[in-house]
Amino acid sequence: MDLQTVGNILLQVLVGGLSLGVLYAIVALGYTMVYGVLQLINFAHSEVFITGGIIAYLVFSGLQGVAMNGYVKLLLAGLAAMAVSGLLNVLIERLAYRPLRGAQRLVPLITAIGVSLVLQDLLRFLVGLRGQFDLSVPLPQGFANPITSVLGINISVLNLQVKDVILIVVAALMLVGLNLLVNHTRLGRAIRAVAHDRQTSGLMGIDANRIISLTFLIGGALGGLGGVMFAMKYQALNAYSGTVPGLKAFTAAVLGGIGNIPGAVLGGLVLGWLETLLGVISLFGSIPGLAWLGAIKAEYKDIGAFLALILILFLKPAGLLGKATTEKV
Amino acid sequence: MKKPTLSVAVVAALALGSAQAATVVKIATISPLSGSTSNLGLQIKNGTQLAINDMKAQFAKAGMTLQLVAYDDQADPATGTAAARRIVADKSILGVVGPLNSGVAIPASAALAPSHVVMVSPSTTSNTVTDRGLKNINRLCTRDDAQGPAGGNFVAGTLKAKRVYVLNDKTPYGQGLADQAAKTMQARGVTIVQNEGVADTERDFTAIITKLQALKPDAIYFGAVYGQVGPFAKQLRDKGIQIPLVGGDGYDSNELTKLAGSGANNIYFTTGAPPVDAVPAAKAAAASYKKTFGSEIQGFGVMSYDSAKVVLQGILNASKAAGNKVPTRAQVETAVRGSTFNNLLTGQVKFDKNGDRTTAKMYVIAVKDGKRSTGGIINVSRK
Repeated sequence: MDLQTVGNILLQVLVGGLSLGVLYAIVALGYTMVYGVLQLINFAHSEVFITGGIIAYLVFSGLQGVAMNGYVKLLLAGLAAMAVSGLLNVLIERLAYRPLRGAQRLVPLITAIGVSLVLQDLLRFLVGLRGQFDLSVPLPQGFANPITSVLGINISVLNLQVKDVILIVVAALMLVGLNLLVNHTRLGRAIRAVAHDRQTSGLMGIDANRIISLTFLIGGALGGLGGVMFAMKYQALNAYSGTVPGLKAFTAAVLGGIGNIPGAVLGGLVLGWLETLLGVISLFGSIPGLAWLGAIKAEYKDIGAFLALILILFLKPAGLLGKATTEKV
Repeated sequence: MKKPTLSVAVVAALALGSAQAATVVKIATISPLSGSTSNLGLQIKNGTQLAINDMKAQFAKAGMTLQLVAYDDQADPATGTAAARRIVADKSILGVVGPLNSGVAIPASAALAPSHVVMVSPSTTSNTVTDRGLKNINRLCTRDDAQGPAGGNFVAGTLKAKRVYVLNDKTPYGQGLADQAAKTMQARGVTIVQNEGVADTERDFTAIITKLQALKPDAIYFGAVYGQVGPFAKQLRDKGIQIPLVGGDGYDSNELTKLAGSGANNIYFTTGAPPVDAVPAAKAAAASYKKTFGSEIQGFGVMSYDSAKVVLQGILNASKAAGNKVPTRAQVETAVRGSTFNNLLTGQVKFDKNGDRTTAKMYVIAVKDGKRSTGGIINVSRK
């Protein structure tokens, strides 16, 4: 194996891992925001996320024959998914978590797992009413086209498709938008205050319940948009598809330091890259002296990713960016 | 609320009383009616219903009223075994068609065995299903130890691939199949560039595709089920890899081409379920399936139709041997294992001492541009 091949493979890992990582990051934001204000791990977030994917399927297949700009369709799918997932998340908080506000921390945690299971089968049932299980998402024209050159430079080695670029751009916009919201608006300040100390913020005239609802709305909307991105990237999903990415995104949130927004993004990227790298690492077994790498087959990529999580938490128990003194949002 | 219910019960009892002459005989199906393989499970239920419709008159003559009870096993061994226990408790059930999955068939057939409830499966390919030597379980499809080699021979012989990438979904089915195929290919001098697994819930193949682009194999053998293979094929073709993708009967669903979309090209798979066009006898059944259920019959539907026919004919044979009385479960069990069934859609059915078919056919299906066609027929025989 020559140096150029190694370079090409690493470049592909970098790009492939990036598009996987930003997806994890978007979903991780929902976990981390809710954790920030409530110290609750909202396990139902994976279903809120995949609900967005199902909405995207409905919009894309409903508009399949309609002559309309693909980006307008994407915008419609995104808005619909954000609205539905956001409201679903608010509803979950209202019905399942708020009544348990004063309870021990384990109680809402178990409830969250329960909500997740109920939603999974509810979604399966609703999709099943249409006689379907696995949904195949039709994409707008051109989204799946490969990008072979940019400004005359041949980049076909990167394996990029139009939809990969859309995914990365949308994720970047979301992160910037969320950052502005949290750090530069009154609402953001209120969210940070509630995250910092709910009781004291109440004394300062902040309606904590309203802020918590809004946090669930924002987190759910981000999850819904993540679902649209998931549907666009893989074009195949079912009611249970949220579980695996949800678990990975949760891992990413913990990896980066749960409750910390930049941490969730960093965690997602690290996890995406690590997973993709471990998936291809056996290729490097043909390099002299590295034969042992050949034994690390693709099936170990998840094990490797979680092993890395354990190692990082062992060295930095609060996660990559989590600090005991950091403001949690 | 109590009164009407009671009166309904009374009316029902009266109605039953007046029809006392005919005994109700039930056939059960165990198959996934919900979940990711429900598309195939429904074929089992409908195929059985079709056979029952066809033979209703014959049973009426023999003084038996046929009924179908369909159980949903959700492709889950525990749910399937629970269904088997309920079947044991319902004495009017004389035979079972199903299950779809080997993982369900193994515990479910063991639960049925002490009560001698005969089970004919259209589709469970794991060797273990019949190798345990149970008297009640039979199957119409070929075994994994025939299917893996058939796939391997196809890749080495027909596709003439020299370097093959082998992947499996880490389930007993996918891994067993991929390993058998890999062994056959190696014996024929094919280089296996990598033999590895990917979780069956995984839908992100970025790493695998990067690997394939670096390894540049001539073909891929992927032991998995259509719900995963469809998205895999799509991502593969989207990234410009057009080499043949080969697998087993887990690919055998109309959903495969839907999920793969534009990627449904250059895919081959082996299956024991005949494509409808390869079985001229199945034409009439296909038409009446469409008429009855409003959807197309698939390979598993054809196999289930035949499985149900075997159970039903077995009951009739046992009834004849018992002096035209309703036979016992044990008598049906013996009759199914011992009889020769002719003129079925998939030809003659006769079971060996373990419940495997003595002669069976396997088909290679080719998918080109989203269309399926029969790529070859392989004869498999057992002594």
